[in-house]
Amino acid sequence: MRAGSRAAVLAVALVGLALLGAWLGVGVGSTGWAWPGAAAADAVAAQIAWDIRLPRTAVAWLAGALLGLAGAVAQGLFRNPLADPFLLGSASGAALGVALALVGAGGASMALDGWSRLGLTGAAFAGALAGVGLTLALARGVQHTLRLLLAGVIVGVVLGAARELVTLADPAVLQAMQGFMLGSTALAGWPAVAVMAAALGLSALTALGLGRVLDGLALGEATARSLGLPLGAARLALVGALALATGAAVAQTGLIAFVGLAAPHLVRAIAPARHTALVLLSALMGGALLLAADLAARALIAPQELPVGVLTALLGGGYLLWLMHRRGVLGGGS
Amino acid sequence: MRAVWRALGVAAVALWAAAAQAAPVAITDDRGVTVRLAAPPQRIVSLLPSLTETVCALGRCDRLVGVDRYSNHPASVRGLPTVGGGLDPQIETIVALRPDVVLAAVSARGIERLESLGLRVVALEPRTTAQARAAMLSLGGLLDAPQADRVWQAVEDGVAAAAAAQPSHAPPLRVYVEASAGGFAAGPSSFIGELMRRLGWVNVVDAALGPFPRLNPEAVVRADPDLILIAERDAAGLAQRPGWAGMRAVREGRVCTFTPAQGDILVRPGPRMAEAAALMARCAAVRGAR
Repeated sequence: MRAGSRAAVLAVALVGLALLGAWLGVGVGSTGWAWPGAAAADAVAAQIAWDIRLPRTAVAWLAGALLGLAGAVAQGLFRNPLADPFLLGSASGAALGVALALVGAGGASMALDGWSRLGLTGAAFAGALAGVGLTLALARGVQHTLRLLLAGVIVGVVLGAARELVTLADPAVLQAMQGFMLGSTALAGWPAVAVMAAALGLSALTALGLGRVLDGLALGEATARSLGLPLGAARLALVGALALATGAAVAQTGLIAFVGLAAPHLVRAIAPARHTALVLLSALMGGALLLAADLAARALIAPQELPVGVLTALLGGGYLLWLMHRRGVLGGGS
Repeated sequence: MRAVWRALGVAAVALWAAAAQAAPVAITDDRGVTVRLAAPPQRIVSLLPSLTETVCALGRCDRLVGVDRYSNHPASVRGLPTVGGGLDPQIETIVALRPDVVLAAVSARGIERLESLGLRVVALEPRTTAQARAAMLSLGGLLDAPQADRVWQAVEDGVAAAAAAQPSHAPPLRVYVEASAGGFAAGPSSFIGELMRRLGWVNVVDAALGPFPRLNPEAVVRADPDLILIAERDAAGLAQRPGWAGMRAVREGRVCTFTPAQGDILVRPGPRMAEAAALMARCAAVRGAR
């Protein structure tokens, strides 16, 4: 099959999965499987289906799509198959931004209306930008893979420690952050869906528009330059898209690991494609992955539920280990 | 004619009773939010153990329809549906229980989410004796439980009785209470610290450190308390802590341990405060003798 048609088939399959997931997502909940159509007359059952399950299902898909997109952009931008929002300091930067915003709100973080949700996303975005910027400055650019990863790890640890310091100062913030670190879609409603959808639209447009630059970068810095691509400005815009996508996902759902790393890998394994398609497919793949994980988190120990971040860390970590085992050397294929 | 009057009288009494039943209630919570309900709530979800215990102490246990996973007292709440904890409240389960009101800690997550779904949330977080009293009295108003004053007075009397029953110590006992695993001490500004003061004890922890500071083990050795209170599961390693084996209290066995169930009583600022004081007083009587 041609690469193009394979990508198209994958895209259709992933959209189908998302729709199937949405259908399941409305039915799976605290009472086990129950399609709400049967109880449509019941106001509470209807509210549970349309105001609780549907928005959180959408948030799960959107968060996965944002992280998948961020992962694809990061891996293309840094020409590094291990680049991931969590390995470049952007997620820890976003978390620090959220912690600072919570402290700024005087620990009254729990009373979040629509505007402060937007403010939280803004703080996460700024933190993510700062994290990536710090990593890039430490690594002195993206040329040296090992240095970039090391810098990312160091920035992650340092920003994580800064977040700990900030949160320890205020017990109320400490508790809010603890919940935040678990990563969960359980508390998300329609306002979160709106914020995340807007962020996904913006960052996807940016990444799609600059797909040619990512393709050029894949051939090496010098080649990309010789093709006449506007590298400087494009890089800035792509880092911005990466930070926006990570920031929006982190601000609304907390830390959800490995989706950003795994989604582009899976796409490349199934249907290798140019970056324009890769970015889009990675977003679809991330959405499908996180939606599936969220459904599992809800169903596995119903009527209780697992924080989905814990589940993705387990599954994603397992996938990474398997990848290491298969390749012998991590990232040796790059 | 008399029958008519009697019927009218009965009707009036019934009306009055109905009006009393449906009297609107209001409560201002610790966020400063005033929650008004057309009638005292009949279906309550509680997300904080001390509030669960307070509702039950007010005789309204039967109105609880769901509690958080840490609420375990009185025994009757253990059969209720659990709706997660303060960090991970299960929004869907809570909504499905159709509560008239949800009681939660101010720091609980998801309060805004529950309110956006149309539920009424009262956020109370008693941390001190005064706040526990205020929570009980305002919940008394919300739940139409005029006996709240009396219930609280009984708690106060219980604490006073525990303090009085203690053998007198001169000079006063100097005590170290480790409130939770990981070396978190109960400071003077905590609820336990207040009880210690009521019992006439001196807390070896400096008030400036806050309610539950994590002390350097060496600070306790230097303070050399007369008596140590600590959870059973942490007591085993006491002598292994650096320098603690030589401490007077450890050497002479002046250590009281409490079970997890007793720990719940000690750390929850609620209606079981008198029991907490009695536990502590008994400890001083058995192990504190000099």
